[in-house]
Amino acid sequence: MVLKLENVTKRFGSFTAVSDLSLTIPDREIFGFLGANGAGKTTTFRMILGLLDANDGRITWDGEKIDYSTSHLIGYLPEERGLYPKLKVSEQIVYLARLRGMSKKDALKELEYWLERFKVPEYMNKKVEELSKGNQQKIQFISAVLHKPKLLILDEPFSGLDPVNVELLKEAVVELKRNGTTIVFASHRMEHVEELCEFLCIMHKGKPVVHGELKGIKRSFGKKNLIIHADFELEFLENFRGITRFKTTAEGAYIQIDNEQTAENILKEIVGKGFIRKFALEEPSLNDIFIEKVGAAYE
Amino acid sequence: MQLMSKFWIILFHTYLSKIKTKSFIVTTLITVAILLALTNMSRIIDVFNKDDVKNILVIDETTQMFTPLKEQMKIIDKELQIKSFDGTVNEAEQAVEEGKYEGVLILAFNKENLPEATYKANSIADTGVSSGLESALQQIKTMLTAAQINLTMEQLAKLNEPVHFEKIALEKDAKTEEELDQARGLVYVLLFIIYFSVIMYATMIAMEVATEKSSRVMEILISSVSPVQQMFAKIVGIGLVSLTQLAIQLAVGYYSVKQNMSSMKGGFFDSFGFDNLPIMTIVYGVIFFLLGYFLYATLAAFLGSLVSRIEDVQQMITPMTMLVVAGFMIAMFGLGNPEASFIRITSFIPFFTPMIMFLRVGMLTIPVWEITLGIIILVGTIVVLGIFGARVYRGGVLMYGKSNSFKDIKKALHLGKK
Repeated sequence: MVLKLENVTKRFGSFTAVSDLSLTIPDREIFGFLGANGAGKTTTFRMILGLLDANDGRITWDGEKIDYSTSHLIGYLPEERGLYPKLKVSEQIVYLARLRGMSKKDALKELEYWLERFKVPEYMNKKVEELSKGNQQKIQFISAVLHKPKLLILDEPFSGLDPVNVELLKEAVVELKRNGTTIVFASHRMEHVEELCEFLCIMHKGKPVVHGELKGIKRSFGKKNLIIHADFELEFLENFRGITRFKTTAEGAYIQIDNEQTAENILKEIVGKGFIRKFALEEPSLNDIFIEKVGAAYE
Repeated sequence: MQLMSKFWIILFHTYLSKIKTKSFIVTTLITVAILLALTNMSRIIDVFNKDDVKNILVIDETTQMFTPLKEQMKIIDKELQIKSFDGTVNEAEQAVEEGKYEGVLILAFNKENLPEATYKANSIADTGVSSGLESALQQIKTMLTAAQINLTMEQLAKLNEPVHFEKIALEKDAKTEEELDQARGLVYVLLFIIYFSVIMYATMIAMEVATEKSSRVMEILISSVSPVQQMFAKIVGIGLVSLTQLAIQLAVGYYSVKQNMSSMKGGFFDSFGFDNLPIMTIVYGVIFFLLGYFLYATLAAFLGSLVSRIEDVQQMITPMTMLVVAGFMIAMFGLGNPEASFIRITSFIPFFTPMIMFLRVGMLTIPVWEITLGIIILVGTIVVLGIFGARVYRGGVLMYGKSNSFKDIKKALHLGKK
């Protein structure tokens, strides 16, 4: 059940929200979808869900177009959270689940399981407006996964949650993947994407700037990070050949270099200048890649 | 998963959750209470007047007028009890001042041997008592005078007979003056119900849509059910809510009117023509109510889909409300003058048809083709508005931001275009 976007373009008037986007989202994987605000993520999701039609290109899932006849196979957690404020948790989850093709009985049973799992069984008969924002988010997450979708789109699922609840939801996401759900996961939090996704795409102004497997992306990025902890001043390295970014830290320096050779050159340069506590070469983080590709304006 | 069943899920969800709301229960109870109060008016008045029998002392100096006066009083006003008093005027006045009696009436003959009377009471504000006594005496005086000039009873009856005056409409099938008056009452009540319900339920739809949008549930809803299906399921669902309320009102009203039929006769309810309730008027009332509802509900749904915040709903639907109010105003004018050509023309304008065509149907006897044409134009408008509205809705529900102007309709149409 591969989700395929082929040369997809969406324009709103003269504004191009998504431009010539081609993606392949592999079956039973968590696919990271990154991009600054306004990069075209929500528009892409709406096109995948069939809420908007692309001006050009095709979106297919297992060779078919997604429409309302397949909506029971799809789960969606929109970025803008929302539930009926006046309805009880059980009432609205059952209502939304029935619209996804579940029976009332199954929906209640599943809801009980998920509330238990998220350690909030007492919310069953509470009105949504009585819950805290974070807890409302758990309820919304449940409504997206209750019907055991085959394709799950999560738009910023962890924003606004405390670390304990982030872990709870992360575990749930991983388990869903293990049980065979294909997940598209959008986030601003690089460490979450790095932790969960093997495949990803970084969008910038409607275009994919990076696309592929995480390992491959890191390898082909070329640049690496060098961490030096030393007892002497390192500022003289700032204009050293091959250094692309230089940041002084409390214990030394955090340096981005263009390749491994530069690391060797730096080591030769500093040896003998004093005591070096640490000299470590690291793979680039997704954060580095994102900033590099999307621009330093975004953090 | 059949698409149809989602339609029903939304429809029943909407219906059940609206039926349970406080606003529905309260408005239903209030209107039912008003209906019951109106139809039971005469009973309610009776309750307050029950022990209001007024005793009046009569000093009959003529010694022959008391008995005929008593007879007359029985016919004119049973609540006025007269009692012969043998004492002096002073004693009688004292009894009145003590509050034992309402007043004292002194009867005498004048020079021409005709009755004259003096009525003394603590207060003469209650003209009901004095005028009752006065008209009874008038009768007696007429009879006495007739006897003096030797008129027979037949001659007297002839003299009192009112002039025969009949009004006949030349137009075929035209309603008689009496029928028109009766129709007016019922049409007025039903017009008011149509007006009130259309505004209330159309606003409810706009609010519902705006609530779903502002609470962002919409995003989830539209990913499971198409916006168009949602919109129509909601319109039908709330339509059922309004029908439920209407049915309760009609049932209570009808039952209560039947129960109180006898006591309502002769009162101001005569003008409502309830004793032979024209069923067709009610049937047309329901038909035009439904058509009016669907017209304005469709309008309200897509207007509601354009706003992002609940606060903006009222502003957005004001032009629509104005249309309903204008229709009602014209209908009120038409109640007094249903034949006016202005009324005839406006009854074919779809936004006014529900009220004004109904007014004409209820008040006049108009050709079937006119009713049919009006309904066809109206249904056509509903269909066009439904198709157009569905497209605006599709785009509107995806739009967020400062959107509360009519320019956004164009934007929404663009966004909704598949």
